[in-house]
Amino acid sequence: MTEKIKKAGRHVSQNEGLIFEKSAAGKRGMELPPLDVPAVDARQALGAAHLREAWSGFPEVSEIEVIRHFTRLSTWNYAIDLGMYPLGSCTMKYNPRVNEFVARLEGIATEHPYQPQELSQGCLKILQVLQQCLLEITGMDAITLQPAAGAQGELTGLLLIRAYLESQGNPRKKVLIPDSAHGTNPATATIAGYQVENIRSDARGQMDVERLRSLVNGDVAALMVTNPSTIGVFEQRIAEAAEILHAAGALLYMDGANMNALAGVARPGDFGVDVMHLNLHKTFSTPHGGGGPGAGPVMVKKILEPFLPVPVLVEKADGSLALDTNRAHSIGRVRAFCGNFGVLVRALAYTLAYGPGIRQATEDAVLNANYIRARLTDLYELPYTLPSMHEVVFSDARQKKFGVSTIDIAKRLIDYGFHPYTTAFPLIVPGALMIEPTESESKEECDLFIEAMRAIAEEASSNPELVKTAPHATRVGRLDEVTAARKPILRWKPQASSEAAD
Amino acid sequence: MRYLPKSPAERQEMLRAIGARGMEELFTSIPAAHRLDRPLRLPGPLSEMEIIDYFRARAAENSRGYTSFLGAGVYQHLRSVVTDAILQRGEFLTSYTPYQAEISQGTLQAIFEFQTLMCQLTGQEVANASMWDGSTALTEAVLMAERLTGRQRVLVARSLHPEYRQVLATYAHNLGLQVEEIGFSASGQLDAAALRAAVSPTTAAVVVQSPNFFGVVEEVALLAELTHAREALLVVAVTEGVSLGLLRPPAEADIVALEGQSFGLPPSYGGPFVGVIATREKFVRQMPGRLAGQTTDQHGRRGFVLTLATREQHIRREKATSNICTNQALCALAAAVHLCLLGKAGLQELAQQNLAKARFAAAELEKIPGVRRAFSGPTFNEFAIELPRAVKLVNAELRKDKIIGPLPLGGFYPELSKHGLVCVTETSPRADIERLAASLRRALALPQ
Repeated sequence: MTEKIKKAGRHVSQNEGLIFEKSAAGKRGMELPPLDVPAVDARQALGAAHLREAWSGFPEVSEIEVIRHFTRLSTWNYAIDLGMYPLGSCTMKYNPRVNEFVARLEGIATEHPYQPQELSQGCLKILQVLQQCLLEITGMDAITLQPAAGAQGELTGLLLIRAYLESQGNPRKKVLIPDSAHGTNPATATIAGYQVENIRSDARGQMDVERLRSLVNGDVAALMVTNPSTIGVFEQRIAEAAEILHAAGALLYMDGANMNALAGVARPGDFGVDVMHLNLHKTFSTPHGGGGPGAGPVMVKKILEPFLPVPVLVEKADGSLALDTNRAHSIGRVRAFCGNFGVLVRALAYTLAYGPGIRQATEDAVLNANYIRARLTDLYELPYTLPSMHEVVFSDARQKKFGVSTIDIAKRLIDYGFHPYTTAFPLIVPGALMIEPTESESKEECDLFIEAMRAIAEEASSNPELVKTAPHATRVGRLDEVTAARKPILRWKPQASSEAAD
Repeated sequence: MRYLPKSPAERQEMLRAIGARGMEELFTSIPAAHRLDRPLRLPGPLSEMEIIDYFRARAAENSRGYTSFLGAGVYQHLRSVVTDAILQRGEFLTSYTPYQAEISQGTLQAIFEFQTLMCQLTGQEVANASMWDGSTALTEAVLMAERLTGRQRVLVARSLHPEYRQVLATYAHNLGLQVEEIGFSASGQLDAAALRAAVSPTTAAVVVQSPNFFGVVEEVALLAELTHAREALLVVAVTEGVSLGLLRPPAEADIVALEGQSFGLPPSYGGPFVGVIATREKFVRQMPGRLAGQTTDQHGRRGFVLTLATREQHIRREKATSNICTNQALCALAAAVHLCLLGKAGLQELAQQNLAKARFAAAELEKIPGVRRAFSGPTFNEFAIELPRAVKLVNAELRKDKIIGPLPLGGFYPELSKHGLVCVTETSPRADIERLAASLRRALALPQ
């Protein structure tokens, strides 16, 4: 390890097997209060044929072993709570602890979705206030909070477009998607029953509006566009794109994954967007939790409101709130119950913490990205030079000369105490380094990151092997993904001997 | 603002480094016409204490003080404080999807353990890292069956959770799937004769839930036989995972869609929960969702990675098996921790207690004149009762005793307007069950 590394150092990392390997018959980690009604003979009650016989390998461990096991595992993770997590397009910002606290309150976490609505007014009020906040932030007219994640929000949005077009007489066939888009966009369009047509970006990395004009016809249902785009740049001709689509009877869908660059500064509803989703686990700070849960609310313009999923939150004449399932034109349900309510609670707590001051968060996010850009452009190739918003995308073109690729640089960052940036995405930038610091990073943390990136650029030329074999400071080195995929081992299995003894 | 770690002087210093005169200059790439020229009209800003007060006030407007016997896909179960202590470790809570395996081994190994636990519980060979919830897992299981069979006709038990059926209908609508429903018999189980008549060489999947929406355990082995006779796939949904502590796992099913909420997750007004798809090894490449797999590093040390990503949207784009990316990883971790705590003996005892409590409650309620069990089939911790009058009216009376009564089934099944669904878990003390019986007796004794 070189002198330059300031942030990372080794810390104790204990070995730990799988929980199944610690199991021993007769141990348990949770005890129940004694049964206070007569016991029932399950064989009689359910019939022998319905009873479980085999328990092969199910763990039997004590409470302390569970605590140690999962605590040790946790120490093998990097996390926002440990440091900067500059994953582009993922918006890894601070997840406020008070959000966790309020989501667990008795009367919030304990509520059942089928309890009478008169006894759920507090939950419904939370949904109502969050709806109002998100509509104000996005400038849209109506909303559903039901989708469980961004991808489901996208699907909901496209189904709304489809239902609207059907009501106009023809659902149409195609959805246009820029080549800079995230992979979920085309995957979602397919599930919504649409063919995908990709649009190449122009030389500046912007949506090619002339190309769009030539492609839009009576078969096109919608354009799905991410704004700011995945190279972190505002689509300057977005309103013009909207006009082209609207003139042909098509609609504009905006992937709101990058709303962190706009909150308080610009509203999609004001630049021609007809339907959009938000990822509350990005802009609205709900924790990623190692890959979820998230929430993907969908906001629409008035014309799409009749088609929103059921139930729809309504205010009754007496001021009380209710969930209305009786909607003739609804696309139906996209998820059981009321969506990821606990995530929605956290998002509202975040919004209330800022109020109108959410603009400051946006400003700091954009400030951080531009600061990093300014201090790294002399060493890293910037393929698109339009002004950056919340993220900056470099390429590995200069380091490639020494055989060092974006993934190598990313892995070397780990040794410096940082989570890597997003590698190899967006696809329009070969060898992309996609850096999104978010507003949660101090100047000091940004400076450390910049120094690390500068040091790695130097290493890439002076000692490329060091970079190409990184990381060196982790408990495991680069893992063999090829074998993992060729001969998948997707579960633990008991040894033959212990199986026989079970 | 307490979440923002910069002083005004630092902001100025950074602006200077960029070469910008002020913050506004950073936003000039947004055409002026699209820039907002006023502050957002939002409530706040609130301090931490004010946020807590706000949500406490909302909590007080809910069902506090009421005793509930609701289940129907969302179950009240005991949770250990240990589970939440683990979940609140920042290393789990505030990490991303474990794409960078070297610094995500904690999450990856936990997912691998979760997958293993789900296989053990469902009797299947592989399970994924999680789906959004039971309803979307079920829907994706049906889409998977369509891909595997190349057929488009789906036979769905009417006793499958009504909201799961609604979600399936939403997805199926544009994909050319024909969904037909198969009714239930007097036992509350799927009408096997109707299934036998309906299943055909064009059937992609037969979809049942067990225990079903009425709490009745289905004859999964028999249904598998009928389904496989036409080379269709059997998809089994499980909404009450605790039942698997006692019931034979649906090993004959080709795909299992499980809702894992019962494993350590609070009802939370309907989510976040954790769905799972489990299936046979030979179907894994048509399975949606992330998968953690075991491998080694260059020194031969065991490690875990996300694998078989060529099924997924970020690689395959429009040809992916699903559009899912963010799933419910933290909820899957909760389920894994909870199940490890319970262990084999704990889960068995928990299931036994649920069975005993529900049977006790059913017997108490059946003693009330005019109340009868609606179905004759075997039940676990939920059962449907038929009352002499509309459930909604009866429930209004129970509310006066601070009891949230049986879930009225009439809203989902018009022919069952006098039927209600009762769920009794280990969390209901005997005294509460007796109070429910007394209150129902009183309500039904009132003149109509």
